[in-house]
Amino acid sequence: MKQTVAPIERVNDFVVKFANVNGSGSASANLLFAKSILRMGIPVAPRNIFPSNIQGLPTWFEVRVNENGWRGRRGGVDLMVAMNPQTWEQDVKEIEPGGYLFYDSTKPLPAAKFRDDITIIGMPLTGICNREYTDARQRQLFKNIIYVGALSALLEIEPEAIAELIGELYKGKEALLKPNVQAMRMGRTYAQNELDWPLGIRVKRANAVGEKIFIEGNSAAALGCVYGGATVAAWYPITPSSSLAEAFARHCRRFRTDPATGKARYAIVQAEDELASIGIVIGATWNGARAFTCTSGPGISLMQEFIGLAYFAEIPAVLFDIQRGSPSTGMPTRTQQADLLSCAYASHGDTKHVLIFPQDPKEAFEFAALSFDLADRLQTPIFVMMDLDIGMQDWLCEPLAWDDSRKLDRGKVMSYEDLEAGKDFGRYLDVDGDGIAYRTYPGTHPNRGSYFTRGSTKDRYARYTEDGATYVDNMQRLQRKFETAKQYLPTPVRKDAAQKTRCGAIYFGSTAPAMEEALAALAGQGIHLDTLRIRAFPFHDEIADFIADHEQVYVVEQNRDAQMRMLLVNELAVDAAKLIPVLHYDGTPITARFILREVGEKLAMFNVTPLRKVAP
Amino acid sequence: MTYLAKPRLHHPDLPKNKLGYTHRDYEGTVSTLCAGCGHDSISGAIIQAFFELDVPPHRVAKLSGIGCSSKTPTYFLGNSHGFNSVHGRMPSVLTGANLANRDLIYFGVSGDGDSASIGLGQFAHLMRRGVNMVYIVENNGVYGLTKGQFSATADKGSKAKRGAVNNDEPIDMVMLALQLGASFVARSFSGDKEQLVPLIRAAIAHHGAAFIDVISPCVAFNNHPGSTKSYDFVREHNEAVNRLDFMPAKTEITTEYAPGTLQEVVQHDGSVLRLRKLHEDYDASDKAGAMNYLLQRQAAGEIVTGLLYLRPDADDLHRLLNTVDVPLNQLSEKELIPGAAALEKFNASLR
Repeated sequence: MKQTVAPIERVNDFVVKFANVNGSGSASANLLFAKSILRMGIPVAPRNIFPSNIQGLPTWFEVRVNENGWRGRRGGVDLMVAMNPQTWEQDVKEIEPGGYLFYDSTKPLPAAKFRDDITIIGMPLTGICNREYTDARQRQLFKNIIYVGALSALLEIEPEAIAELIGELYKGKEALLKPNVQAMRMGRTYAQNELDWPLGIRVKRANAVGEKIFIEGNSAAALGCVYGGATVAAWYPITPSSSLAEAFARHCRRFRTDPATGKARYAIVQAEDELASIGIVIGATWNGARAFTCTSGPGISLMQEFIGLAYFAEIPAVLFDIQRGSPSTGMPTRTQQADLLSCAYASHGDTKHVLIFPQDPKEAFEFAALSFDLADRLQTPIFVMMDLDIGMQDWLCEPLAWDDSRKLDRGKVMSYEDLEAGKDFGRYLDVDGDGIAYRTYPGTHPNRGSYFTRGSTKDRYARYTEDGATYVDNMQRLQRKFETAKQYLPTPVRKDAAQKTRCGAIYFGSTAPAMEEALAALAGQGIHLDTLRIRAFPFHDEIADFIADHEQVYVVEQNRDAQMRMLLVNELAVDAAKLIPVLHYDGTPITARFILREVGEKLAMFNVTPLRKVAP
Repeated sequence: MTYLAKPRLHHPDLPKNKLGYTHRDYEGTVSTLCAGCGHDSISGAIIQAFFELDVPPHRVAKLSGIGCSSKTPTYFLGNSHGFNSVHGRMPSVLTGANLANRDLIYFGVSGDGDSASIGLGQFAHLMRRGVNMVYIVENNGVYGLTKGQFSATADKGSKAKRGAVNNDEPIDMVMLALQLGASFVARSFSGDKEQLVPLIRAAIAHHGAAFIDVISPCVAFNNHPGSTKSYDFVREHNEAVNRLDFMPAKTEITTEYAPGTLQEVVQHDGSVLRLRKLHEDYDASDKAGAMNYLLQRQAAGEIVTGLLYLRPDADDLHRLLNTVDVPLNQLSEKELIPGAAALEKFNASLR
């Protein structure tokens, strides 16, 4: 077949996508592929696109190789490793013109199954495996490693980098190590002898990784919980948050086991449901421990009543919401930012909650540790708003850092000594004017400082009342406390363009890498856009200022209903017409290409800036 | 009104316990329940049990859900922290509190609506986990605060005040607790303080999940003919299998009993439970036998009371989780935070 489009030629800047069947062991081989490129000093951004299923359904693994370090999903595929007949048509279609298709050629396919504008690379993987291995499972598992070996030749990945990683993976398991290395070499040798290599897309050792680490947001957040002093965790399994609880268990075994006794300085309960999870958290924090739960949208829905109790009775709690495709069961293994409203105003009645939005695993670690200080300081639930893209994908980040001089902020707690000294204790008494009252832990003093916690109305001394004025007094104090919260929350990050501009963009969370990349591309085209990354709710004044400073502000988010925009309109006295929604919500992570296209179109529509044609 | 304080006027001759506290020091605010409510008798029994056990009141955390029974923690142990949580969810709050500080006594009070209907799931899992606590269900077969609807423990065929007949099978909380792994299971009657107080004392001393189902008639909505939770009905059908004498650790045992009529059990803390058998063949250490007996007597229309099951060497959640002896809420920052050097090593493993 004669190729109609010249093959793509790019070094250290391309996207490889693996199409596999889930449960076939492909994910670990594909991750090995990604990490081997990382070992060559070239940044990668892998994304596991998996089904809500254990075995037999299509799964993809996308690796973006990019020396500039752009971590967002790019969109489009330069090399498709098509290992799943079920999705063949769709996979072949997705390849960029001039791109490459690598497939298992054991069984010949009719010419109509291919395209004439891409390079076709066939390798009889099944044939090789059937010849080399007798065991069915081995044939499957080694097939993955063999194609990784073949790709190493095609893309010029150093085989030593792969062998080193296999060595680390199977350290102490010699029986597995040797055959894996052999399989990789077999694939590599085959490709070197039988295929045209290297391809137009390939890697070249660089020095663009440095000290950066490669970590999933859920693991980083779980470690943040360890550093934040959490001792009690309660959770109910739900994708994509389960790996946060599991990582917490792993980190605790490593960092929280009493070396003398082997006993645990933590307690983790897999509860019967999300209601019990948040109940356990509330009981533990009421009693002076630091505690958290991790969940996703459906779990947040189930926790509503308890969240209202924690708000009204003023009990610290930390909730990680690893957001996924919604509503209802939605797309459990896809990403979205669609729980903003259900968290910000969770529970019946007049409630408002503190949300914080980390942009990547590094901030997930920092915000996780911070969230326990916030919960204790503000005596209220704190929502750490992550999503599947941050939580379950490996991200290349700056190394995690900790300042050993940092102390936990346990907030306002009266001690035995305080009570003994005769300090006036009113559980809901605002002595400092910041809306935050002192609390006591159960068991502190024989006859001072006890109080009754309840979800019904109470006076400043925690005594039950149905008096309207007392109720209003308490509700206004809670409002005051919500204002106070701002001073403790991560401030928004504003970046002004090189030139003065009338346009701005607001974004948050996992949109950050796509936004940064889009911004650089826009700047390259001479289009200037100021940006503001929101990191917390309630909103700081800088956010209203930013909106006031611009004629048009794009609010870029990953949900259908423009929930952040709704929050901004609802909470700030801003002109809603100024806020232009840019919405991506198909379950895939937002891309720079999408933002460029949307913002480009909208800029043109509003005729705000003379605009040259925006490249895709 | 629950915020009315009781006059703190003490009679000079009020007896004091070993801590120097009088009975009054274990009381709470004035009850706002109806006159004659079984729940108030239970509060009285709780006060007496803690007083007699010389427990410092502030070392108790009392927790409840929502409903008449869940209001009662305001009426006892005024120097304890209390938590009136949400409907049916006290078990999870209690579990969390217990995890945070294993050194306090956790005392949960609930009702049949709170535990057998809306909170049945949490009740079940609390028992399964063996949380070290006392859990009392003040069981009246009826929703009191919402004025007289049947609860899930109402017997099939029993009549509501306005004549409606309950068609649904009752949930027997004792059978559930037994099946789900509670290690101390008892049933009593609010009108029998002699039986109830020693049971509460023994439950407090028990290390593990202790459950007491206390039939507690609702004088406003479920104390009429046709009800199986009325004072009259329970008195007529109460079949106690044993009488409990509870002796804290190191009590000298003096009374003698005829052989075969006494079952003695030593608990973890050294306390001794002496069961005077009222039914020759009832063995409180035999769970299967207990369940079998309960089913048979229930079929005969009897309400079996007493200490029904006890496993003195039970594990509790902390033992199962292998948590440190120091309460988790008292660990120092040094014990909690691995520090910068450990983090650098962690970073190195991710390159």
